[in-house]
Amino acid sequence: MSKKVHVQAKINGADSEFLCEPRQSLLEVLRDELRLTGSKEGCNNGNCGACNVLLDGKLVNSCLVLGVEIQNRSVTTIEGVAGPEGLHPLQQKFLEHAALQCGICTPGFILAAKALLEKNPHPNEHDVRFWLAGNLCRCTGYDKIVRAVLDTAK
Amino acid sequence: MKAVDYAAPRTISEAITLFSEKGDRARALAGGTDVLVQVREGRREPDWLIDLKHIPELNELAFDSKVGLRIGAAVPCSSIYESALSKPYAALIDAASLIGGVQIQNRASLGGNLCNASPAADTVPALIAHEAICIIAGPEGSRETPVEKFCVGPGRTVLGRGEILVSFQLPIPRKHTGTQYVRFIPRNEMDIAVVGVGVSVTLDESRSRCIAARVALGAVAPTPLLVTEAGAALVGGALTDDQINKAAKLAQAAAKPISDMRGDADYRQHLVGVLTKRALSDAIARAKDKEN
Repeated sequence: MSKKVHVQAKINGADSEFLCEPRQSLLEVLRDELRLTGSKEGCNNGNCGACNVLLDGKLVNSCLVLGVEIQNRSVTTIEGVAGPEGLHPLQQKFLEHAALQCGICTPGFILAAKALLEKNPHPNEHDVRFWLAGNLCRCTGYDKIVRAVLDTAK
Repeated sequence: MKAVDYAAPRTISEAITLFSEKGDRARALAGGTDVLVQVREGRREPDWLIDLKHIPELNELAFDSKVGLRIGAAVPCSSIYESALSKPYAALIDAASLIGGVQIQNRASLGGNLCNASPAADTVPALIAHEAICIIAGPEGSRETPVEKFCVGPGRTVLGRGEILVSFQLPIPRKHTGTQYVRFIPRNEMDIAVVGVGVSVTLDESRSRCIAARVALGAVAPTPLLVTEAGAALVGGALTDDQINKAAKLAQAAAKPISDMRGDADYRQHLVGVLTKRALSDAIARAKDKEN
């Protein structure tokens, strides 16, 4: 086993530090070291988007980032999406539209949709579907997800 | 994933020292979208991952009005298509925008796409169409090689011990040039090319005759191919259907595809013809556009 590395980063706005092995993905660090289990492991190879987080504001698959790579950087996970005043509008709309079945893909979809709306506050359906192409819902509830995102953007 | 050590050099010379010391035991890490999957699945077993993203030259994206666009090897695809500097390089924007989803495009780099040396890499035929040159740094100094000469087989490149790919240099497209990258995949998004074609067409002042053309193919040979004779067949003519068909036939003749789960060799051969024609028509339309 290689030596553990000390990493300092901002996680959901708070200064955070942890020890990790270089082989550990950011997803493993979030779940196993920091106990932030909202980010899910789906495929673990970058196809499904269930582990999506924002790294310095950019949408990434946390399974394809090493924990050691986030030294001095900032990460937003699903746990950091709701504000002190309550759910994020996307979370609220996902609830209203019942845009989830088993829920495993939901954190990734919310982070992906959040990144989209920050870039393009008024997407059309094509924009939403194109942007969410990197997120898989194995319950195949895409239509409600797309409607929830479009409704949030209204 | 197996245990690895991690290093993040800050300069090219530090990186060269590390790669010289570790040799085959080290693998470069940029966006990680290929290498981390390969290590996790045991397809590559490096003892070291050398993160090249902290080296300024590998993050550069700069346009010089004399020499053109320089793209650092670690610059992610989304930074390329979001930058106004890339606008004259349409085929590259085509390719960078269709690799994976947004999550992948925010990490995957051109350098990684090339050094992974997959015959199906989407950005490579586009880079070849744009006449991109690789800038390589190593223990003996730096050297340059055209992108079409960089890969020597699936997963293998010209990089020697201690060498790293630093950046790409893309010349300024000549006036009235149109470029295009198209690929075929059996679904709408998120797949690996069954065939990919990158082309460039330059027209004369009257925009009616072709004065230069390049045709590059992906996923139909052990490495991405530049089909010089297909480009040459277009030069000097008025780009009639006959000429375009001839170029497409020459591209098909150069393609040596294998059969695999994505497509049979015959099917790929057929697709080369279809996609070459399609890419050329689109590139010609772009070349005729007033802005080019």
